Amino acid sequence: MALTDLITAFLLLGSLGFFLAGTLGLLRFPDLYCRLHALTKADNLGLGLVVLALMIQSDSWQVVIRLLLIWLLVLVAGATVAHLIARKAQQDGHQPWRR
Amino acid sequence: MTELYLGLALILLLTIAIGLVRILRGPTATDRMLAAQLFGTTAVAILLLLGQAAGNSAIWDVALIFALLTAVAAVTFVRRKDIDSTTETEEHDGTD
Amino acid sequence: MELALIFDLILLITLIALAWLLLASSDIFRAVVLFIAFGLLLALAWVRLGAPDVALAEAAIGAGITGALLLVGLGRLGSAEHYRGTRTRLTFLQRLSAPVLIGVMIPSISLILLLELSLHASATPGQQGLVNVLLDVSGTNHGVTAVLMNFRAWDTLLEKGVLLLALISIWSLDQARPLFRQNDISPQLTGLARLLLPIMIIVAGFVLWQGDHAPGGAFQSGAILSAGILLAILVGYTLPTRRQGLSLRLLLAVGFSVFLLVAAATLLSSDYLLKYPDSLAGSLILLLELVATASIAALLAAAVVGGHPPDDLSKPVDRSSAVNGGQT
Repeated sequence: MALTDLITAFLLLGSLGFFLAGTLGLLRFPDLYCRLHALTKADNLGLGLVVLALMIQSDSWQVVIRLLLIWLLVLVAGATVAHLIARKAQQDGHQPWRR
Repeated sequence: MTELYLGLALILLLTIAIGLVRILRGPTATDRMLAAQLFGTTAVAILLLLGQAAGNSAIWDVALIFALLTAVAAVTFVRRKDIDSTTETEEHDGTD
Repeated sequence: MELALIFDLILLITLIALAWLLLASSDIFRAVVLFIAFGLLLALAWVRLGAPDVALAEAAIGAGITGALLLVGLGRLGSAEHYRGTRTRLTFLQRLSAPVLIGVMIPSISLILLLELSLHASATPGQQGLVNVLLDVSGTNHGVTAVLMNFRAWDTLLEKGVLLLALISIWSLDQARPLFRQNDISPQLTGLARLLLPIMIIVAGFVLWQGDHAPGGAFQSGAILSAGILLAILVGYTLPTRRQGLSLRLLLAVGFSVFLLVAAATLLSSDYLLKYPDSLAGSLILLLELVATASIAALLAAAVVGGHPPDDLSKPVDRSSAVNGGQT
């Protein structure tokens, strides 16, 4: 196995961790704000590591730019939507969970 | 490497299947919307992996369109005038 | 190979389970979100079936428009309470009907399909060979586009007609009412729209151009544009009232009308509906794709907005009573 393949495998494994954590958080965290916090990690780093892993495998800069564009779009949209949802939840009167 | 891509895509698909529980349980409309939002990102990752495994760039175009458009449904949800108050009244689910 | 098979199986099971759950859901909002998730997985299924053209269309429609359309529709229903299903007592036979239907129908249909597949799957490659032979004279370099815009262009013609008819039906029901809060637009949302809108337009153009030689085309492109229009409406852009009369109607109808004109012209000149002259095929397809994109974008966005433009355009619609009426 080439070194690039090894790095790719390592990065993909890392992304899996973030996606699993996001899903786990979505299912197990006690309230909306906590769940929101959990799933933005999947947006940012879960997808980010997949993109990075595939970038290492690519042999042309066009592919790299395409992957980067997809990741940046998800990043921007995800961050904004997370903000909007949290804001709306607050306006609707959701109280953050306390132990 | 193809096995690795497909294997990861498979596990990501499973996280979507398991995450469906959050859409089913809610309790608030916003919780359900959140789950759909996470599925959107996961689907983009799956499509990237499938595209790499198949060596087919058209699949990445599908991922690009998902990345570009998944925000629209969520923004519609946030900006909607009429919040269905009945689903919003149950404040918390008692997971503690 | 094994992994791909397991992937397909899980995708299939999840899709069926999702379809059942969303149809059986008593909470309409939950059904809508389940439908959004269904759309995502359906696009994955099209990819796995080797139909990236359909996957592109499903992604653009499912992610961009359907979710918004259903959410807006739900908002127009007013409070969800009235529409929550009430549980009625079922007789023994009624209760038995669903399990029998599922227990008998699904296995038997699957069995028939499996038999059919095992007998014919390898024997019939479909029309791929024929399409490849005729691709040179079709006016385009992508098989699916050749079928949609040339070999079976009448299907596409009728599809444009259906879309137009659907909007006419929507418009005949009610007048459009602003569905979104006009105040209180967060600056982050405006920023997102400013960033995404130009990219949406570029990607729509790219997808349309790509339809000539790879998966893409007017429908996908129009759907992306309509999502862009919707996003613009969501952040508070409004169409100037002067444009909501004839100009809007012309835009909505131009795709179907030009298609119909081309159909009539080909019928007169060659005795066959939509049989283009070989030398003109490429230009005609480009023209039809361009006008179709414009109309599809406008039609889908107008369908989400719902209702015809106000009759008296000088007066803004008073919708406070109508929207809040159902809520109290």
